[in-house]
Amino acid sequence: MQAVEIKNLSFVYSKGTPNEKLALDNINLSIEEGSFVALIGATGSGKSTLIQHLNGLIKPQDKKQSSVIVGGKNAADKKTLKTLRFEVGMVFQYPEYQLFADTVEKDVAFGPKNMKLPADEVSRRVKRALETVGLDYNEFAERSPFDLSGGEKRRVAIAGVIAMEPKILVLDEPVAGLDPAGRAELLALIKTLQKEVSPTVILVSHNMDDVAALADRVVALKDGRIVADGAPRDVFSHRGLIMDIGLDLPTAARIVDKLEKKGITLSKRIITMAELKDALLSIFKKRAKKRGNNMGYAQINAVTDGDKNADKNVEERDEASLVDEKAKGDESSPVSDEKAEGDGAKDENDSGSAGGGEDV
Amino acid sequence: MFKDVAFGQYYPANSAVHKLDSRIKLILTLVYIIGIFFVKSYFGFMLTAALLIIIIIAAKLPMASVLRSVRGILLLVVLTSIINLFMIKDGDVLVQWKIFVITKNGVHTTIKMVLRLVLLISGASLLALTTTPVELADGLESLMRPLSLIKVPVRDIAMIMSIALRFIPTLFDETNKIVSAQKARGASLDTGNIFARIKALIPVLIPLFVSSFRRADELAFAMDARCYNATDKRTKMKKPKIKFSDVLAAFVVLSFFTVILLERYYFPSVGINIDAMIFGGLL
Repeated sequence: MQAVEIKNLSFVYSKGTPNEKLALDNINLSIEEGSFVALIGATGSGKSTLIQHLNGLIKPQDKKQSSVIVGGKNAADKKTLKTLRFEVGMVFQYPEYQLFADTVEKDVAFGPKNMKLPADEVSRRVKRALETVGLDYNEFAERSPFDLSGGEKRRVAIAGVIAMEPKILVLDEPVAGLDPAGRAELLALIKTLQKEVSPTVILVSHNMDDVAALADRVVALKDGRIVADGAPRDVFSHRGLIMDIGLDLPTAARIVDKLEKKGITLSKRIITMAELKDALLSIFKKRAKKRGNNMGYAQINAVTDGDKNADKNVEERDEASLVDEKAKGDESSPVSDEKAEGDGAKDENDSGSAGGGEDV
Repeated sequence: MFKDVAFGQYYPANSAVHKLDSRIKLILTLVYIIGIFFVKSYFGFMLTAALLIIIIIAAKLPMASVLRSVRGILLLVVLTSIINLFMIKDGDVLVQWKIFVITKNGVHTTIKMVLRLVLLISGASLLALTTTPVELADGLESLMRPLSLIKVPVRDIAMIMSIALRFIPTLFDETNKIVSAQKARGASLDTGNIFARIKALIPVLIPLFVSSFRRADELAFAMDARCYNATDKRTKMKKPKIKFSDVLAAFVVLSFFTVILLERYYFPSVGINIDAMIFGGLL
């Protein structure tokens, strides 16, 4: 079933004035229930305008031509608007700035209370939401949201949205302004939320590493138009397009490009650090075998120690083309070899600290 | 998302009126407003309207933008004209029904009052339409300069004014964001009775206050870091200069003012005769 169905949607700000600006230009988009969609695009590309159509905060301007159907409901329909807003949980940028109540509990309960749920159901949901975002109910319920740390505030604000138990979760730059540990935790949380609360997730993000790690579909906007739509691997393999949109590549893909300049050609379809590590290790092993038993082999074994499945991973991956060895003259360039090995070791550290050696 | 909504009514266009010195514009608007209160005859009103139309054309403004500002006072105009129409009881009676009496005098006073209000608001809105808030604040600062002789902190007042103006769109933006966020959580801000509505504003007002204080704090630090008030005399980056067009504008408006005064105090017969010539028996 389609969770979101958008047809011919256009939107113009300040229509009929000299400040007129086309924010959305004939958008057609449907999102499958249960999918994790990342919405990417430069500032002013229309992402925020688009997501605000999903729960009727902005109504389609041209009611005849365009339609926005979310969870089977027309977003322009006033009668179902309230229900729609409870079904589409929207976490705006810097959601902590919307906290208002004197206790965390009251703030999180705001949504469920607006749903007119019975009191015991409200408190059940508040407890569940707080625990889902990793805050202890007994410790936080009675505290003022304004006394919390930045990361905690953001969790409370997100809890306020998921307490409504929405079917679709829309997050606008949820990790902006958080420290690295906070980012990693929150991203893991979003993945959990998808499993436990909201099967469909739409994530607006400028961080391509997050997009590569989380999303199973990427929709790229430029000047209010969809310019790319597909699996992250496919979208990011179009290097020119990504640059043209004004965005960056995932770190792993950037490293692939840099290695290519040094003569080591890897697949353009690598987007995560774990994949990059596997690809590099398999190159080293091949070279080491060719060279026979020498010092390089021991080094590689040391690197692989932490991940005994590295070999298996590489072999299992059906895209055997990930490794695309062009550089044949091993002995000719010991310098570049050494450099590549250094990178490989560093990569493992990177992916280890990012808290995920897991594959997409 | 609301960055494109300019604060107030400023209508960007490349015209001579837009480029006039804001001090001149402020003074001339004041002269125009005072002038309107000296207008007595229909002839005078026509003269005023003609001046207004000339300025609108010179400023390359669409008529609709000026009329939009009149719409804001429509209720006031309607109410006062009803009161005027029925309260003025001297002069020839035109219509009488029970206690309601409409006199010829009442009709004239009402029409003139409506004209006066509409011309007044349109004229004042021309200032806002053609001058950016920042230019206005600069102009006011410059005009208030003499007050610093009696220890009025003119510079600080001007800084406060420009900061206030600068932050209106920011706060507007912020309010919109908070309203959206709370609406997304099912808040209804525009239903229910007055008490329900006031209560519904709390989730918007509290975050707005919190963020205003945060912004104020940040701005204070930023100004301090750039040595605001560290020196006695701040200089200006843009020094306004009176141009020929400013003199010309002043000449036009002052001539208008003079004509209005002459017509009222020295040649009242001119206005009366012209009125009679145009409207004939209607008067």
